[in-house]
Amino acid sequence: MNALILATDNVNVAQNVAFGIIAAVMIFAALSVVTTKNVVHAALWLVMVLAGVAAQYVLAAAEFVAVSQVLVYIGAVMVLFLFGIMLTRAQIGKETGLNNKQWALGIPVALVLFGLLAWVIVDAFGDDVLPDRGPAPTVMLSDQFLSIYLLPFIAISFVLLAAAIGAIVLARKD
Amino acid sequence: MLAVNFLLLGAALFCIGVYGVIARRNAVMVLMSIELILNAVSLNFVAFALMSGAIDGQVFALYVIAVAAAEVGVGLAMVLMIYRNRKSIALDELSEMKG
Repeated sequence: MNALILATDNVNVAQNVAFGIIAAVMIFAALSVVTTKNVVHAALWLVMVLAGVAAQYVLAAAEFVAVSQVLVYIGAVMVLFLFGIMLTRAQIGKETGLNNKQWALGIPVALVLFGLLAWVIVDAFGDDVLPDRGPAPTVMLSDQFLSIYLLPFIAISFVLLAAAIGAIVLARKD
Repeated sequence: MLAVNFLLLGAALFCIGVYGVIARRNAVMVLMSIELILNAVSLNFVAFALMSGAIDGQVFALYVIAVAAAEVGVGLAMVLMIYRNRKSIALDELSEMKG
């Protein structure tokens, strides 16, 4: 697939090579997240996937989203996950019973879903080329946030407040 | 760079996440798989923002990041509560509401 893409004209080779390497690492790490027998290792593989997504954002000229991804996901969400693992697990290490009894059912479901999605994507966007434009200035992003997306912006702040209060109420002991 | 690259990568991550949600029994692992799915979606948003030249896709990706942070906070609090009450976070044992 990538060799075929590299062979086409007016394509940024360095961008494609970087994309291919990062994508391969991400797929491998994502497969490890859902197959490993160790919960802590799954969390660490998830860090690889999230960092790969941040790198892909940089390749897609979305630097502010990439920085937010690193700050929020790798900085905050992963710490939450590690705390969750720590507080719900007695021992660290391999464990059995991480999978359902019907876990094998997930393989055909995922494969069929991927086949369907890949078919639709290739059919609809098969030869669309991403334009080679530089990163959009962050000022544009903040203009959007503070003009037409102002109401959702205020709403999301209430969602975060409600989630923080709700998490405290749920997790406190009484 | 072809748009298909990003979209296929997003589709692959999404399907791996779906497999994780179906196959995993541990509630924390299911939450991790949901993170994979959400990241696949925001990768698509950013790719489409680059394709169309409008920046709205990046705005949506940032909203997805914010909602995912809220979701993980509440989700892990619920998992902690379930663990405290039942000493287990195996999802197939939570069957009180089965008819």
